[in-house]
Amino acid sequence: MNFEYKVDGGDFARAGYASSQIKKVLKQLNVDVKIIKRVVVCLYEAEVNIVAHAYRGTIHASIDTEKIVMRLVDEGPGIPDIPLAMQKGYSTASPAVREMGFGAGMGLPNIDFNADKFEITSEVGQGTTLEITMNLNGQSS
Amino acid sequence: MRVCPTEALRVIDGKAELIEDRCIDCGECFRVCPVHAIIIEQDDFSKIFDYKHRVALVPSVLMGQFPDEISDSEIYSVLQDVGFTWVYEVEHGASMLQRSQLEYAQSEDANKPVISSFCPAIVRLIQVKFPSLVDNIMLLRPPLDISAIYCRKVLVEDGAREDEIGIFYVTPCAAKIAAVKAPVGEGRSRINGVINMDFIYNRIYKGIKQKGKEKVVLPKRSHLNSMEIQWSLTNGEANHAKGRSLAIDEVHNVMEFLEKLESEEIAEIDFLELRACDQSCAGGVLTTANRFLTVERLRNRAKRAGDNATDEPAVSLKSIAEYEPYLKRHIRLSEEIKPRSMYKLDEDMAKAMRKMQRARKVMCYLPGVDCGLCGAPSCQALAEDIVQKKGSISQCVFVQKMMEQTKTLDTDHAYRIMERVWGRDKFIKNCKKKGADHESF
Repeated sequence: MNFEYKVDGGDFARAGYASSQIKKVLKQLNVDVKIIKRVVVCLYEAEVNIVAHAYRGTIHASIDTEKIVMRLVDEGPGIPDIPLAMQKGYSTASPAVREMGFGAGMGLPNIDFNADKFEITSEVGQGTTLEITMNLNGQSS
Repeated sequence: MRVCPTEALRVIDGKAELIEDRCIDCGECFRVCPVHAIIIEQDDFSKIFDYKHRVALVPSVLMGQFPDEISDSEIYSVLQDVGFTWVYEVEHGASMLQRSQLEYAQSEDANKPVISSFCPAIVRLIQVKFPSLVDNIMLLRPPLDISAIYCRKVLVEDGAREDEIGIFYVTPCAAKIAAVKAPVGEGRSRINGVINMDFIYNRIYKGIKQKGKEKVVLPKRSHLNSMEIQWSLTNGEANHAKGRSLAIDEVHNVMEFLEKLESEEIAEIDFLELRACDQSCAGGVLTTANRFLTVERLRNRAKRAGDNATDEPAVSLKSIAEYEPYLKRHIRLSEEIKPRSMYKLDEDMAKAMRKMQRARKVMCYLPGVDCGLCGAPSCQALAEDIVQKKGSISQCVFVQKMMEQTKTLDTDHAYRIMERVWGRDKFIKNCKKKGADHESF
């Protein structure tokens, strides 16, 4: 089953829409609540990243009986140094964004921590693509 | 049908049918039903006379139902005239609970944010709709239970037999009835029966009017303090919790908040007071007075009461404060609170997925306007009913029109389908209905 959501850069008011939709779907599929929580935390972080940093992006989620794979593709500035961005506490967010409660710099490491599989590719000046995979049957890492 | 926060209502044959697994007893349907067809069951009042000791446990919002000219003592006196041997205010149990809540917040069992167990509709809402937050519910009993335990204990120690004691709660809402009849977190309630507040309101008013000038008013010995009086109002608990605490009332507001809390969009809150009704218990579905006036009256009453409570139930009985160690041993809920998710389409994930795929295909044909004419509260709800074999796509008026145009459904058949959903009466001219030519009901 495939789901697709568009995300606009800078639209903080709507941030969280995709994750709440996916949450509803996983509840209907009787997925364990703890796994749902991890999925939603990852997806919300990633969604907010697009809103905060990119111009626009698309979230693709595909669900089968084994797993959910979420691909977040954005058009944006890209990440020049991925290992640095993966460090806890590192943030490039502007003071305005921080004031809104975002940009604490926990995003990527938190996704990495919660996901069963996490891949990130980025091209400076083009955009960033995340792929987050979560097993739905409890044999999580 | 559409006000139901958990989409538990369907219209079949002109009547509202309740899907019980989904119902959280919030009473929103009762509030809005245009024909007052929804009845909230209460115990027969005469049941109180099965007992020698007849305790009326009344919440402070009952006092807020009456204008300021009617004193608490008058209300108490009338309650004794109608047959109660002891009238006790529920919120006497609140001070002790407040102290226990502070201790609980420090204990290992507390998952932050601690969600108050005060409102039974909220406890049920979390079980049904936010199962991952079940572990955040505070495992302490609400003031109602504490006061009931106390009343029973003190009467037994005064020489009464267990089976001679009847404890009756005057309830402002349907959720509290459900909490007494089918408690969550304990095996059996200590309360023998419930009496709806609108019923007792009429009895009290009648009693006061009939007494007229020559009324005999018994002196009232017990008084709640300011915190206790306001406990059941919005912020009643949150104002006395430690750390960052929030109070949210009205069920849709609560759902919006819990949705964000569940996704961890909101964090670092210590205590949440959540109530299903706007203005909390003052807005309970069985209350009669305007909720804002009730709040005003109780706030005024609280101002007059100040910080000191006096609790002298009767000459021979000990006060609730003297039982604090005993009550503390019983304040914990005895059973764990389990989730009962309403969302899942099937226990088996593969089956659930197939059902969801079918429902999504059905949604391609439904208009997405959520008109409710099919008898389900939304297009999505109809699609899910269809895959659960509890509905048919031809119940949708839009689909009917499409089918009539392609000649796959004849008009007679379409008419019968709508009759099955809404009942025959709706298709017969009736000038007595509200707003019609000879309005009479």
